Amino acid sequence: MELWYTDKHTEDVRFSVKVKRQLASHKSEIQQIDILDTCGFGRVLVLDGELMITEKDEFIYHEMLTHVPMAVHPNVETVLVVGGGDGGTVRELAKYPSIREIDLVEADKEVVTLSSIHLPFTACKLRDPRVRLHFEDGLRFVRGKKDAYDLIIVDCPDPYGPAEGLFTREFYGNCCNALKEDGILINQHESPFYAAHQTSVKNAHAHIAIEFPVSTVYQCHIPSYPSGHWLFGFASLKYDPVRDLDAARWNALGIAARYYNTDLHRGAFALPNYVKELLNR
Amino acid sequence: MPGHKGGRMNPELPEYYGRLCMSLDVNSMKPLDNLGHPVGVIRDAQALAAEAFGADHAFFMVNGTTSAVQTMIWTTCGRGEKIIMPRNVHRSAINALVINGAIPVYVNPGRNARLGIPLGMGVEDVQRAIEQHPDAKAILVNNPTYYGVCSDLETIVSIAHAAGMKVLADEAHGTHFYFSDRLPVSGMAAGCDMAAVSLHKTGGSLTQSSILLSRNTVNPDYVRQMITLTQSTSANYLLLSSLDLARRHLHFHGREVYEKTIAFAEYAREEINRLGGYYAFGPEICNGDTCFAFDLTKLSVHTRDIGQAGIEVYDLLRDDYGIQIEFGDVGNILAIISAGDRRMDVERLISALAEIKRLHRKDPVGLFDHEYIDPDVAMTPEAAFVAQKETVPLRASLGRVAGEFVMSYPPGIPILAPGERVTPDILEHIEFTKAKGCFMTGPLDMALNNLQVVVS
Repeated sequence: MELWYTDKHTEDVRFSVKVKRQLASHKSEIQQIDILDTCGFGRVLVLDGELMITEKDEFIYHEMLTHVPMAVHPNVETVLVVGGGDGGTVRELAKYPSIREIDLVEADKEVVTLSSIHLPFTACKLRDPRVRLHFEDGLRFVRGKKDAYDLIIVDCPDPYGPAEGLFTREFYGNCCNALKEDGILINQHESPFYAAHQTSVKNAHAHIAIEFPVSTVYQCHIPSYPSGHWLFGFASLKYDPVRDLDAARWNALGIAARYYNTDLHRGAFALPNYVKELLNR
Repeated sequence: MPGHKGGRMNPELPEYYGRLCMSLDVNSMKPLDNLGHPVGVIRDAQALAAEAFGADHAFFMVNGTTSAVQTMIWTTCGRGEKIIMPRNVHRSAINALVINGAIPVYVNPGRNARLGIPLGMGVEDVQRAIEQHPDAKAILVNNPTYYGVCSDLETIVSIAHAAGMKVLADEAHGTHFYFSDRLPVSGMAAGCDMAAVSLHKTGGSLTQSSILLSRNTVNPDYVRQMITLTQSTSANYLLLSSLDLARRHLHFHGREVYEKTIAFAEYAREEINRLGGYYAFGPEICNGDTCFAFDLTKLSVHTRDIGQAGIEVYDLLRDDYGIQIEFGDVGNILAIISAGDRRMDVERLISALAEIKRLHRKDPVGLFDHEYIDPDVAMTPEAAFVAQKETVPLRASLGRVAGEFVMSYPPGIPILAPGERVTPDILEHIEFTKAKGCFMTGPLDMALNNLQVVVS
């Protein structure tokens, strides 16, 4: 017998991976959490049936969320991660000695608990002394902060379901207020490829552009995500992501990365025409 | 009937609404009973509703709570007879008087000076109105007002009954009172003779469906006759069945539903008040009289201190943040919270208010600060409405007697009702609310540049 997990990329397009065994299946107060061991993609975290990360390609996602802003901002000390209960983003951030404090705000405590048990490759730094875990709604946490962070990373699932509130104008505005005057906001921006996701890409981008003087997107290739073509938003009150890239400084840190490098950094902001059109630029 | 025959006449109907919906849209069949003369399933469903709401009789209404309010008035007061009511009633109450010629005796509601909102009727004011008008037939009470403010209903019922007057509760915003111990007393529990309960507003039935409740102090057959004077003879079964479904859900789950609603509203109040600048008011506005009790499910927020009129915040929430709330008036916004909301919806509203304050805060100087103006009643609503009238420019109406309504909708409480004299305060209020973008309704001239006044 073969057991397959299928992630619906759209109503008409699916991505399937063969399952060795199911490691966890748990209904939390917020969502259904499943962790699978698969052939080909290793361990996979699934929330409400949707694929979140895989052991095989999560490094691409997490490195691109963190190293891009870290190579631009000259002195990041305080970071807020919204979502990211699997710990992958924190793992990358923990590589930087300059960072003093990392607040991780995850609405669902059970995601952290189960990730710590079954996904040690991402959750390994959640006990770093610089990390403070907050189990509450991201929107609520952020609106209470002012001039508090150098960097905010929004590492959350799709803009429907429990994370919907993290794709709204009020959330981005609250983030703007929570950042210091030279702060950077990074958010996962969905895929521009399928029509079904294009509206949320456009909306997220439009909402951020209202609040931040510098606002653009960059891309990478994540094989297990819908279409593989993935966007992140880079928004800042001060820094330009390419002009202010300090490659020498970042390279001197000697941080180990499997996907990111400073050449790729520049290239990631060069967008295909169809993406430019989608974002009306 | 109906002519679409289950949607076969026009395939777009079932495609759009779904087959189940079309199959429920039926009428004029014996087994389905007749709303105007219920002897079968409708009678049974109404009996269950009466039981669920603690009434002797329940009447399903398909012409909105408007028709329930009108029926209450027509059942108890005839032409030339008096009815005591606060002036901040919904337009449907004064409309009922325009049609049947009953005479309103207005009791000025109390006013909360800080919020600029009208409250309920004070017991002493009601007592005085009863003494001055011992021939009045009934007293109409908002239970609660749009803002969630309740009068001392039980005391009003006892003094009214002692004077031989009926008590009618407009519970357009009070369905939930019947299903919680933490909310103000409901009309039936307080001993009112009739109550108009807008089940579609906070009870979960479909828009336009409503329930009229009565006790045995009023002849139920006469009530039915009054209803049928104006109610459609083709009552829609989607509306009727939604009343039955809502009644069932409230009967079995109402208490938990409203516990959840109260928890949402209390959380939102606490968080909004923590933002600063806003005042999300709650039971602390109670004063033992004109605000005897407060509906905890109401989320009203005073916005004047951030220099924004309620209507401006209402527009910003919709246009910039995609959040539609119930209404905004001069100094406040009102969001209707229900168990149908999700935690995230409440969080979004709070965060959006934080943003509006951050981005749009201004000096409140120059903002109009009151929402209620004592009326100067020159004629009965009916006499003014049927009198010979002329159209004059709005400004020229000063000192004249209005022949028509002016109100912003919602909340639909007339700023000016037929028979009332136009005063400088009223003109200022109309012009301010108009300039702030309120949806002004009532007059013949939809742009409200002109007003119909009685020819003197």
